[in-house]
Amino acid sequence: MKGEASALKAYGLHVAVIGLLFALSFVLPPYHHGLVARIMVLATFAMGYNLLFGYVGLLSLGHAMFFAAGLYGAGLSVYHLGWSVPLAFAGGIGCGAVLALVIGLLALRTSGVAFMIVTMMFAQVFYLTILYFARWTGGDQGLVVPQGSRVMYLGGASFDLTNPAVRYRVALALFAIVLAVVLVLVRSGFGRVLVAIRENEERTKMLGFDTFANKLAAVIVSGTICAAAGAAYALLFGYVGSSFASVQYSILPLLWVLLGGAATALGPLVGTLAMYYVTDIASSYTSAWLLIVGVMLIVGVLFFPKGVLGTIRQRWLRWLP
Amino acid sequence: MSDILTISELDCFYGEVQVLHGLNLTLAKGEVLCLLGRNGAGKTTTLKAIMGLVPVAAGSIRLGDRELTGLPAHEIPKTGIAYVPQGRRLFAEMTVAENIEIGLMTRGKGKAVREAVLDLFPVLRERLKQRSGTLSGGEQQQLAMARALCVEPQVLLLDEPTEGLMPSMIQKIRETVAQLRGRGVSTILVEQRVDAVLSVADRVAFIENGRNRETMPVEALRADPSAVRRYVGVG
Repeated sequence: MKGEASALKAYGLHVAVIGLLFALSFVLPPYHHGLVARIMVLATFAMGYNLLFGYVGLLSLGHAMFFAAGLYGAGLSVYHLGWSVPLAFAGGIGCGAVLALVIGLLALRTSGVAFMIVTMMFAQVFYLTILYFARWTGGDQGLVVPQGSRVMYLGGASFDLTNPAVRYRVALALFAIVLAVVLVLVRSGFGRVLVAIRENEERTKMLGFDTFANKLAAVIVSGTICAAAGAAYALLFGYVGSSFASVQYSILPLLWVLLGGAATALGPLVGTLAMYYVTDIASSYTSAWLLIVGVMLIVGVLFFPKGVLGTIRQRWLRWLP
Repeated sequence: MSDILTISELDCFYGEVQVLHGLNLTLAKGEVLCLLGRNGAGKTTTLKAIMGLVPVAAGSIRLGDRELTGLPAHEIPKTGIAYVPQGRRLFAEMTVAENIEIGLMTRGKGKAVREAVLDLFPVLRERLKQRSGTLSGGEQQQLAMARALCVEPQVLLLDEPTEGLMPSMIQKIRETVAQLRGRGVSTILVEQRVDAVLSVADRVAFIENGRNRETMPVEALRADPSAVRRYVGVG
């Protein structure tokens, strides 16, 4: 009974957060409207990262390549091939999933620091490949996805993704779906095995679980979620750029997750929201905004060693997933 | 009694160093076999070799008619062998209930097995929501055993289960091993405490330098404990 009550509270909280984000779309001023839409897409990217880092304990420094695979997969197929929005979105996700499978098969032969380095190297190769094929990718300038091709036709209705209200709701829908998927996954048997691997991989193996297969599945799911975020970013914001494949975009989701709380379902949203708004506010007052962000991270680590939601869960809300 | 587990001429290495030298052992159905020996004799390595955690260079490990050498480590528990390592190695961040759930998932066991396991260790029933890392040493050992028993093993491997426990907990572990024997579970027990060995074992194998020097019924050891002095250096 107590378990069911906890599950109800957990699902209730997440539904309330989605409801709040939906309600915000009616009251936010235009600037913040766009900013929160962007944050929801990037929080989705962070949720994908969190699945691998928070729940499996695998620290990757190459997740920008999965985000960029979705970004370029969707963006280039619209730009060069004239694919429709849903097809391009599916194409972007497919690119990320295949890339995650290949990278997972190779990178999971290592662990710990070696895994970190190997994933970073693969991401650098991906980044340099984008720059090398500048004729198609736009190189470091990137490409702007034409406005006219960012209209989605579904069941007779058309949705113009350049319209801020549509963009916000599509971003929210993506965030909500991925949040639901992550919640179901981490509360499933598969999720338990992932946490067991994080806690003690050898022991998990001794209990009869194929830890390599489970880790590979986690890399694929994580990479696919990141690619979905990337594909959505290209289609919603209309820009495909190599900076999203740079090492900075591999480190950012790590910071967002650490700040919000690793292995918490809503931690990535909290972390992304906090970092984005502190950066936004600080940069409007000083050019030394990175210093302020740095101080915030240090304070965060001191007072919330497990991230904001991780610490709240540890101290007060044990039921928080 | 028919042998359920047969180890023949087993050689294992840690890098260049040979740890097991042609080790031979048999375990009968429902038997408690105790491995005794000095530190570094190869007792834990024997258990790890059975579980596929140490590569086998030569020899054979058979469970019934099935050869286990060469199977990946994660396949071994599915054959019906469970291992409780030294130091318990629980998933400290998980609750007692979650640790048991993970154990049940290995062979797809359900509620009936869960209840049977909790009946064996009633204290765990009161602690289901507690994080396993916060349990006492004795409770952690019981949870480690409970989790292993979730696969309904034919063979249970226990590596120093009474290490660092208070006498009442040691007694509980002994009683559980005896109960499991009554249910037909075969156990290989690595122990340092000779009194524990004498109270629960059917046979004792003395391991020295990676070889099985002598195997004897526990009654013979009671009658002539000189082997303990000879191979373990105490008694």
